[in-house]
Formats: sequence, structure tokens, C-alpha cells
Amino acid sequence: MIEAKGVVKSFGRRAVLRGIDLKVESGETMVIIGGSGCGKSTFLKCVIGLHAPDSGEIVVDGLDITKLKTEREISDYRRRFGYLFQEGALFDSMTVADNICFGLKYLTDVPLSKYRRIASDSLALVGLKDVEDFKPAELSGGMKKRVALARAIAAQPQYILYDEPTTGLDPIMSDVINDLILDLQKQLKVTAIVVTHDMKSAYKVGSRIAMFLEGRILQVGTPEQIKNTSDPAVRQFVEGLSQGPIKMKLKEFEADEARDGARRGKD
Amino acid sequence: MNAVLEALFGGFGKELLEAAESMGHFVFLVRSTFLWMFRAKIEWRQTLIQMARIGVDSLPVTAMTMFFTGMVLALQSGATTKHFFNVPLFIGTVVSFSIVMELGPVLTAIVVSGRAGAAIAAELGTMKVTEQIDALYTLGTDPVRYLVIPRLLAFLSVLPLLTVVSDFTGIVGGLFVARVKYDIPTVVYWHDIIDNMSVKHFVHGFLKTFVFAFLVSMTSCYKGVTTRGGAEGVGKATTQAVVISMTLVLVIDYFATAMLNALGIT
Repeated sequence: MIEAKGVVKSFGRRAVLRGIDLKVESGETMVIIGGSGCGKSTFLKCVIGLHAPDSGEIVVDGLDITKLKTEREISDYRRRFGYLFQEGALFDSMTVADNICFGLKYLTDVPLSKYRRIASDSLALVGLKDVEDFKPAELSGGMKKRVALARAIAAQPQYILYDEPTTGLDPIMSDVINDLILDLQKQLKVTAIVVTHDMKSAYKVGSRIAMFLEGRILQVGTPEQIKNTSDPAVRQFVEGLSQGPIKMKLKEFEADEARDGARRGKD
Repeated sequence: MNAVLEALFGGFGKELLEAAESMGHFVFLVRSTFLWMFRAKIEWRQTLIQMARIGVDSLPVTAMTMFFTGMVLALQSGATTKHFFNVPLFIGTVVSFSIVMELGPVLTAIVVSGRAGAAIAAELGTMKVTEQIDALYTLGTDPVRYLVIPRLLAFLSVLPLLTVVSDFTGIVGGLFVARVKYDIPTVVYWHDIIDNMSVKHFVHGFLKTFVFAFLVSMTSCYKGVTTRGGAEGVGKATTQAVVISMTLVLVIDYFATAMLNALGIT
């Protein structure tokens, strides 16, 4: 179980997370939705320890990431997680097999002789075969995502964090990735957090969905509850409407013009 | 007027603050590099790969640079002594002293920073902006351990060796001009060197290469791992890594020389 309590994170003067309280139950897939810059990915990075929260707690199976001190504690904590990066973040100097097995050396005691087998098994789980010796540059966007997913599951994590798994993929490949997430969920029985703004993906893979807005959680509910929400901001986002309580500038200068107009009015 | 002053001092203050912040981060990186070096196993495979990249790949360019530097030193010293004494004198001494104590270590460090230092900053910078450095964390290792330490160790072991080769090629370049242009016998040229140089002079230059290796590798790694902002950021980081490394080599060379002189290694 992952439990976040009052997580606050700022970068300089910019507050990105303004007090996140979220509980992800074991075995469920929590989908986090929200517009760009609302803090979804930052939250995910706080969960795995890439960013340290300014305040608040993130407790995973009784371990609070904010209180871990020694390298051993941190590495024990990270061993529980697989992380799928938005662009895959595959090491381009290594082959696919080396990418997949990279974490085994540091996260597990698996002997070197078994690496090749694990790479093939992980690739099979994401529907790929005979690409072990390819370099990432030789793969298509969808294949890169799958290899990155294979890398994330190679060390058999209990938790998988997906950062925008379908972004940049065509609709069919997006659905293939959604199916893979569901398959992995069934086969590996992992707990997952999926950050996305692809609503089709959110409804398909999510046990529950949390809507982030400006560093806060607006609503948490099942896909059905989110689909039929009465909250106007959540409704605007899930239906993808430009008009509504969430103000997005159509043109950058509109906000400046409005501000100048207001100032002129005062003068 | 106030606005102009404010803009001026505001900008200056910001720059100053950023420079101080960068310095702090650099010191922090150096500290964690040394901590990791004693805390965890060294990535020897990565270190060997880096040694090959930095050493083997830089060898032709450093050798050629020093060969021509030796040639021009011989040409200039021969012309000057010929002008004053009617005969070219002490060409071997001038070339060997200049190269072994100063130009060999400094020029090799500068050439290697332009070649290998830039490559390190660009590679680590690209890894940073494509989240590969974050991926290292999530896969259970630390970028300092996996990326920085092998590069530092590779620089510390390869730059002194490259400098020795550079010293030799520079002296041979000088011999070539002394022989062809001024008709000085090879034996005389070598005697000029052996009679006037001692091991101390060589040690003086050799010790400085370790300081340069540390400066160039850490600056390049620092600029790489702190890259921000996509392709433009990688370009900026690479340029800054080279410019800062070269400047540091030249500035620190003075202080290192002064210190070695004070210690009597001269």
C-alpha cells in the first residue's frame, strides 16, 4: 500500500504539490489525471524518491521515503518499484538485453548466467521477441515503450509507476500498451500508479482515478464515478472542453491583454 | 535611472548568486564522488571503457599538437639564438624545458578537455535531459557511482600517460626542426636535454597532470549531470564544460607551479 499524507513540493518559488493526500491500496491501479504542470509526474517522482518532498509523508508498506537515511534503506525501498519513464529513458549505449538486465545487478542477487533468460522472459511478457541484441535507436516508439516496460518489470517489483505510458503513441499502440498494463496487473499482481492525460487509457486501466489540479487533488473515484462526476472542473477535463472552470489560455498574450486592460481601467 | 541601476545590479546579483550556487553544487558533487569511491565497488568495466575513449581516441590529436608545438619552439628558439649569437644554441634545452614543465601538461589537458571533456558533458547532458540519469536511480544505482567515478578515474590514469607521450612527441618535433632546419646533430640535441634536465623537472610537469585531470573530468561531469532544457541545454553545457575546463587549467597551472616551486620541485 502506498499512502501519501500532506505532500508538498516546490521548485524555487513555484509550488507544484500543495498538500497531496492519496492512498493506493495493494493490488489496485490508481490513475492520476490532470493537465500539464499540475504535479502528476512530480508526485510520481516523489513516490520513488527522485524528488524529496518539502513536507509530508509517503509511506510504502510501513516505510516512509522521507525518513530513509542509509543507502541500504533507500535501495531496499527502491527495489520494490519499477518505473516506466515517459520517453522510455532507455540507455542508448546498451543493447535491449543489457537495458533490461541493468537493474538486476543492483537490485537483486540473480546470478549473471540467468540474465539472458530474464531478458527474454520480460520481453515475452510485453509481447516482444528476438530484439535482445538491438540498440534502442533501432526500435520504433512503441517497441521502445515496451522494452522500457520490460526493464521496469525485470526485477519483479511489487509496485509499478507509469509516467504517461501512452503519450506519443498512435491510438492502436496506445491500446496495446493499455492491454499490457492490464495483463501485467493480472499476471504479476502488482500495485500500480499510472500518470496520464489520456482519458481512454485512464478508464481502461484504472481501478480508481485521482484528478490533480494545481498541485491538489480535486476528486478520487472509480472510473464510473469520474465519468459521471458532478464536479465542473473534473467534468471539463475528462470531456476535454476548452470552456469551464479550468482556465487555459488559448493565446499566451490574452492573459497579458486582460491584465493590461484591468490596469488601464484602474488608472 | 533607478530602473537602469536596478536592472544592472539585479542582473549582477542574480549572476553572482547563480555562480555561488553552482560552486556549492560542484563541491557537493566532488564530496559525494569521494564518498562513493570508498563506499561502493568501483565500476571497473566502465572505467576501462572510459580509459579507452579518453586515452586511445585522444592520442593522435594530442601527439600531433605536441609534435608541431615542439617544432615551432625549436624554430623560434633557433631563430632567436641565431639572431643574438649567430648560431642556434640550446634548442634541445629550450624545447624540453618548455614542454616537460609547462606546455606538455597544459596543452594536453586543454586538447583532451576539448575532445573528451566535451564528449563527457554532451553524453551526460543528453542522459540527463532524456531522464536516463533518473532511470539509473530507479534501477538501484547512483549516477555518481556509475558515471562520474569511472570518468574521474579514467582521466586520472590516462591524462598523465598521454602527457608523457605528448612530452616525447614534442621533443621529437623539436629534434626534427633542429636537425632539418638548423643542421644540429641528434647527439647534440639530446645532450642539451640530458645535461640540463633532471627527474625533478619531469616530476614537476607530471604532478600537474593529476590536478588537470581532476579539474577537467569533474567540470565536464558536473556540467553534464546538471544540464537543463533539451538540445539547447546540452549544447550550452558542452560549451561551458570546455570553456571552464580550459580556463581552470590555465589559472590553476599558475598556482600549482607556484606551489611546486615553493616545495622545491622545480
